[in-house]
Amino acid sequence: MNLSLLIILPLLTALLILLSKQLAQIRVIGLAGSLAQLGAAAWLLKSYMDQRAAGNTATYLFETNTVWFKALNINYHIGIDGIALAMILLTALIVVAGILVSWTMEKLSKEYFFLLVLLSMGAYGFFISLDLFTLFFFLEVAVIPKFLLIGIWGSGKKENSAMKLALMLMAGSALVFVGLMGIYYNTHTFDMVEIGKMGISLGVQKFFFPFLFLGFGIFAALFPFHTWVPDGHASAPTAASMFLAGISMKLGGYGCLRMAALMPDAAHSYSWIIILLATIAIIYGAFATMMQTDLKYINAYSSISHCGFVILGIGMLNKTSINGAVIQMVSHGLMTALFFAAIGMIYSRTHTRMVAQLGGLLKVMPFISTVFVIAGLCSLGLPGFSGFVAEMTVFMGSWQNPDGVYRLATVISAASIVVTAVYILRATGKTIMGPISNEHALLSDANWNEKLAAGLLIIGILIIGLAPFLINQLIMPSTDFLMINIDKAITLK
Amino acid sequence: MSSSIFILLRQELLLSLLIFILLFIKIGKERSNESILNLINILLVVNLAAGIFGMSEGGIFNGMFTTNAFIVLEKNILNLAMLLISMQSYAWLKNHKQLAEFYLLLFTSLLGMFFMISSGNLLMFYLGLEMSTIPLAASANFDLAKRKSSEAAMKLILSSAFSSGILLMGISFLYGTTGTLSFDVLTAYISNNPMQLFAFILLVSGFAFKISAVPFHLWTADVYEGSPVAVTAFLSVVSKAAVLFTFTSILYKVFTPIATVWYGVLVVLSITTILIGNLFALRQDNFKRFLAFSSIAQVGFILIGISGSSQAGSASLVYFVLIYVFSNLAAFGVVSVVSALAGKENISDFKGFYKTNPFLSWVLTIALFSLAGVPPTAGFFGKLFLMMAGAAKDNYGLIIFAALNMVVSFYYYLKVVKAMFMDENEAPIQKLNVPGITKLAMYICMAGIIITGLASLVYDYIYSLSIGI
Repeated sequence: MNLSLLIILPLLTALLILLSKQLAQIRVIGLAGSLAQLGAAAWLLKSYMDQRAAGNTATYLFETNTVWFKALNINYHIGIDGIALAMILLTALIVVAGILVSWTMEKLSKEYFFLLVLLSMGAYGFFISLDLFTLFFFLEVAVIPKFLLIGIWGSGKKENSAMKLALMLMAGSALVFVGLMGIYYNTHTFDMVEIGKMGISLGVQKFFFPFLFLGFGIFAALFPFHTWVPDGHASAPTAASMFLAGISMKLGGYGCLRMAALMPDAAHSYSWIIILLATIAIIYGAFATMMQTDLKYINAYSSISHCGFVILGIGMLNKTSINGAVIQMVSHGLMTALFFAAIGMIYSRTHTRMVAQLGGLLKVMPFISTVFVIAGLCSLGLPGFSGFVAEMTVFMGSWQNPDGVYRLATVISAASIVVTAVYILRATGKTIMGPISNEHALLSDANWNEKLAAGLLIIGILIIGLAPFLINQLIMPSTDFLMINIDKAITLK
Repeated sequence: MSSSIFILLRQELLLSLLIFILLFIKIGKERSNESILNLINILLVVNLAAGIFGMSEGGIFNGMFTTNAFIVLEKNILNLAMLLISMQSYAWLKNHKQLAEFYLLLFTSLLGMFFMISSGNLLMFYLGLEMSTIPLAASANFDLAKRKSSEAAMKLILSSAFSSGILLMGISFLYGTTGTLSFDVLTAYISNNPMQLFAFILLVSGFAFKISAVPFHLWTADVYEGSPVAVTAFLSVVSKAAVLFTFTSILYKVFTPIATVWYGVLVVLSITTILIGNLFALRQDNFKRFLAFSSIAQVGFILIGISGSSQAGSASLVYFVLIYVFSNLAAFGVVSVVSALAGKENISDFKGFYKTNPFLSWVLTIALFSLAGVPPTAGFFGKLFLMMAGAAKDNYGLIIFAALNMVVSFYYYLKVVKAMFMDENEAPIQKLNVPGITKLAMYICMAGIIITGLASLVYDYIYSLSIGI
């Protein structure tokens, strides 16, 4: 299968949206395009599993390598492994859900759907790239749509949030760029596969790894560069929040993971910093969430805490923990997208997101309230949902690290789950239980599009939660490949 | 031999022919402005096309004038920019009485630049430079009714005269220490001798004046603000590009023996230029002043690329200038239309612009994104390749500085986008009726911004022609 399809499909959808005239047309094209993406992703999954079952043990499948800028040795090199495929599936699911929940968007709808689709193109391109320059290109492609989406269709102090987000993410990519230059001038290639084979000298790794890791870390809300997350998520329109938390923050996590595998020696020597920052993010995010009164801020701060687990898993640098990090990325993507979708549904009806002004919603909107509870329970790590599987795997991996300090970090991080339970139960309880205010008493429940969107995401969450072996089957072989490189570094030390 | 002169000089001869045609139009019978403008634009298309087809290489007038495929390409880029500027100032020139003179001045200036780029001798270079500068100062004064326009012309001519003086002094010192002015011979005599270093510094200062590198930039903002938009566009794109081309070729060809010296100079110049350009651009409200400071910052990035002193360095310079032509002229095109039809030139006037003029807003947005270096626009590739060329020297401090400054520049470009798309305005600029030919120019710019970046063959072509140290 040709992976470029994942870029061509969104591009075509975007162009068709630009050419279409009526709102109905735009919606249908958007939905059809996103369903086609989902179909392509599903088909990709099938052919990937077939190939693996047939005994194909290459690290990356469906590779294509075309020369792009010959003089500078820049190639359009694409290919996927299980980790990338998991991310692609996540993206495809969230895009469909995002388009569905924006069904009623009427303000500048053409531009809105165009930008949503463009954002998804950036994400797909990022996940399939094996060339660092192409990777960087798509990373930045995904930034500008976010700025416009938040700034034009957002709420609250949207201009400030949009600017903050765009500048911080751009600063992140500036750091990534510096790191890329360092790699390029020491290996004379941008090709991740080639670089992985030849390795990078220790000095270069130590100097440039912080740039790359911090750069991608900003995208993944690494403490102390997480400040764009709360404002950006809170101001964004529903679908943009879903894309931001579900897709865009995953670009960062995925980038960090790839960089750690590319520069394993540096990752080892800096792992204590990574773990320290991740632990701070987990604890700080959890406690900051306790103080929030706005549903979107609650979810945004909890995202910082949850993305901390991803970084923690990567920082521990063993097979189980990295597996956990990948599962956590997928799980968190689905779960936050679901959470934001539910908040969006509530907000569009009640016109408030303040926990204090809500209550008793279960009586009038049972479906939305149920979705809300499911998202909440997944977030606090209830067994049966994806959150439990992901966090459990990360903790098991972390505990394998015999170093006392690392174990302490694991214990502290695990303790944050209690805090999570407090804020989730408080927020959901207050919102859906208790007496309902008079003005909310006559509101309607979810529409078909909202039900469909929530249903899709819940299915994803349940698949991971109830049958974790499925996702493990998908990503395990690929983490094994990553570990070959990383373990080499350990023995060298 | 006589025929080869015609081939080698064909771009210059064509331009001279255009100038003569203009003179005849001027003294001939009365014609409507529209018909003259259409004629000129057609001639400019012919002029551009004639430059593209057929390459020539060689030198004439005892090596005073040299040309090769790379130089022809550079001149073509300038021709293209001239055509785009002409198409975009249609709305403004349509009602202008002296439009023939306007073109006369700009063409003469362009002709001077051609000779400057092709110069193989410091005298020829100086001649071309002066020939390009003096008509420019006159055209800066073209909004005859505006005092600011005269002020701009005065500032331009005085600062140009000053910088030319410095240049001339540098040239004479060089002549004094080496006894020659020819580029080919000069190289052999250049060394670390203090007198020559002093001459070199004087030369660089002269160049820095023309490309408005900090600390020689003080004239830029006022001149840009006062001049008519078309002249500002010409100054910031064509004039700057021509001097940068010449600067690079002199650095790479003549001053090769002291490459380490000018590397240091370029690094310092680029750091100050990016920093000051960015800091001042942050606070501008007048659109032309804003573009002036942003273009100062852009020059800083170009200097980083030149400092790479490799084949990739000069290729990325020409590549970036080509992209800069498209993106900056698209931005100036919108400003020009708004200024001519609505009489507004401030960024704050653009609030709510998207509601009334979606097409112009998108053009301006894409142009600004390209200037900021956001993919998938060509500006992304242009800026990255400049920095990649600079990074070849392993000077990562400079690259970190430049990369972070890209973020700063991002802020002020986004501020304009924010004004157009997000800010509310009770009385936005009314719906403007953009002339067809200007629209066409904008489409060309948009196509250029997208294609130049993504289609790698443009870069590969430029790279194949370019020469490093």
